[in-house]
Amino acid sequence: MALTFRGGVYPDEKKDQTRKKQFENVPAPASVVIPMLMHVGGPCQPIVKKGDAVRMGQKIGDNVAPVSAPIHSPISGKVVAVEPRLHPNGTNVMSVVIENDYADTLDDTVSPRGSVESLSAEDLLAVIRDAGIVGLGGAAFPTHVKISSGLGKVDTLIINCAECEPYITSGHRALLERPEEMIGGVRILMKIFKLDSAIIAIEENKLDAVRVLEKVLPQRSSPIKIKVLKTKYPQGGEKQIIYAVTKRQVPPGQLPAAVGCAVFNSDTCAAIHNAVTTGMPLITRGVTVSGSAIANPKNLICRIGTPLSDLVAASGGFREEPYKLIMGGPMMGVALPDIEIPVIKATNAFLAFSQDEDKFASEPTCIRCGRCVEACPMNLMPVYMYMYYQKEMFPELDRLNVADCIECGSCSYTCPGRLFLTQSFRVAKVRLADYKKTLAQRKVAN
Amino acid sequence: MPMDKQFVVSSSPHGGIAEDTRSLMLDVIIALTPALILAVFFFGPRALALTLVSVASCIAFEFLYRKLMKKSVSIGDLSAVVTGMLLAFNVPASAPYWIVVVGAGFAIIIVKQLYGGLGKNFMNPALAARVFLLSWPGIMTTWPKVFEMLPLTGSTADVVTAATPLASIKAGTLPDLTVMELMLGQHGGCLGETSALVLLLGGLYLVLRRVISPRIPLCYIGTVALLTFIFPRGGVSNLNWMLYNVFSGGLILGAVFMATDYATSPVTKGGQIAFGIGCGLLTVFIRYFGAYPEGVTFSILIMNACVWILDKAFRPRRYGAVSLKKAGAKDE
Repeated sequence: MALTFRGGVYPDEKKDQTRKKQFENVPAPASVVIPMLMHVGGPCQPIVKKGDAVRMGQKIGDNVAPVSAPIHSPISGKVVAVEPRLHPNGTNVMSVVIENDYADTLDDTVSPRGSVESLSAEDLLAVIRDAGIVGLGGAAFPTHVKISSGLGKVDTLIINCAECEPYITSGHRALLERPEEMIGGVRILMKIFKLDSAIIAIEENKLDAVRVLEKVLPQRSSPIKIKVLKTKYPQGGEKQIIYAVTKRQVPPGQLPAAVGCAVFNSDTCAAIHNAVTTGMPLITRGVTVSGSAIANPKNLICRIGTPLSDLVAASGGFREEPYKLIMGGPMMGVALPDIEIPVIKATNAFLAFSQDEDKFASEPTCIRCGRCVEACPMNLMPVYMYMYYQKEMFPELDRLNVADCIECGSCSYTCPGRLFLTQSFRVAKVRLADYKKTLAQRKVAN
Repeated sequence: MPMDKQFVVSSSPHGGIAEDTRSLMLDVIIALTPALILAVFFFGPRALALTLVSVASCIAFEFLYRKLMKKSVSIGDLSAVVTGMLLAFNVPASAPYWIVVVGAGFAIIIVKQLYGGLGKNFMNPALAARVFLLSWPGIMTTWPKVFEMLPLTGSTADVVTAATPLASIKAGTLPDLTVMELMLGQHGGCLGETSALVLLLGGLYLVLRRVISPRIPLCYIGTVALLTFIFPRGGVSNLNWMLYNVFSGGLILGAVFMATDYATSPVTKGGQIAFGIGCGLLTVFIRYFGAYPEGVTFSILIMNACVWILDKAFRPRRYGAVSLKKAGAKDE
């Protein structure tokens, strides 16, 4: 019996279009746009200026804020602009624009850091920070911060290979083609956490990858265990995967470390491995390019900062005029206003949809079918939350724990009335926080 | 590729299930159709005509109300069609046409639209209308005999009538029918309620299509079955008493199609189970101790009024709201 959590939905997987497509390299573009915000936390300050020559792997942005991650140049060439550019989040974000000299001259800092055995846990953590590694499953939380917050509290290390979003196969392909990178990263994490075991959690739609991993990690003797999860969305959600694997529940508002767990995405592990063994910071990544409007869906490896239009070109262009562009998966991905937006660290997929994939109702109406309640992996009651949200009843929204919502999209996905549930809760969370702040201020004033 | 093109930007998730309100309602209509066909077989084409008048009236009332109130016209969601069918299923086939027109007006305007329309009503419209129509007891408790084809037009006053199985049960005796005859529906009763077998088939279809969860029907019918099995009357065997109780009257129609009405039943798992059990308890109490032989209609309407409190009581346990130790924290 595959492990899982309560609730969730079963969207059409749509992974067959790219499941068997080996990674192909996208040529480095003529110029890259590197936003100084590609992670959760403080944006980086550019440390290069217009006219500077930069090398591949050279640090070009950093921030001393505790939660941040440095940013590196993915190519060698010349800085032609340091200015705000359109970011996947729809706003203009300070970016470094670099013109490619096609020499890929490596920066001096890029060199192997030594064997894992020779490095201390502190050294390894510093390497991870210096390499600008963030959670590559899409959340982009700085990895060294995540590790530091869990040090000494974690007894269970979970490697997230669920890849539960439809369409996306970039993580799956990496496991098939380069399993040793991920496993190397897992060993490094085990060393940092001083653990002698780890659990690789993978959905049962990737049994071919399980077989590959079992060859490298004989399950009888290996301290790294493989656990198969039910194919269900959002199985890769942090709280959901922790529950599926350990039956532990992270208390509201707390981190996984509160229940002794730490979860890392498989691609993040591979990036850790590469940073330690080659000294190469995070400057490339695998991206699944798919969706009904893409002529030839593919898995691509590209430099961070590559415009999405290059990825489309490498995938045979558009089959038909795209209606919607999405960075990430269809459940949690961000719709993009423009095709020239660059690939960032968190870009695990780029999807182009034709119009018929959107499901809208001219007048969304709740029929109280209760599917949202059944689907919510956080045990919330979306149908009532939506009602209170529409009436702006914040104390009631608070009582229903709207702040627990992980915005996975399961409720909206499963709604036959086509209500904008997830979207409403996203707004409701912010407005509730404001409401509470105002309330607290009023109390102080009195 | 023109790069000045504007793309649609909207909040995630992008896309959803294929089913929508209309397709769900269509499934309910499909599930009700076998019972309608059987009603035509038992009572003649009048059963179909009565159903069509009921459906047409529901659609017309909904259309007119929405138009007059300058609201969007919502008849495309097919919910009025379902209400119309259920209303017709809940009157005797001999009822005059005007009675379903009156019922439709009450169901659609008073019970549904005045409370805000689809999904906002707190009582099942068809059942509430049935209770309203009991203001004409002569019409609503005249049960035509099966296979006595009713006239399509004109008076049905001199129709050959028959006692319903529930009337016998109320008197403490089993009706003069085999269980099979009872299940097929060859006896007096409301137009669409007599054949337990095809109604259960319709219910199975809805469960398999995931339109309804089996929780409410199973708990409802199960509670009635259990209570009547434990407390038989009239000196018959427990099993027989139970079977005749379960397959008589409107229990199956009510449990499968009315108690599962989305708008008027709980959304929580525990709430649905409690709702079903509550309906079952009330039905048996009314059948055993009430003045009226049938209790399904009243039971469901009473439980409709409890939906809010049931959902509140059976709210899913907050994720992570367990003691840290139970949640799996390391021993300190």
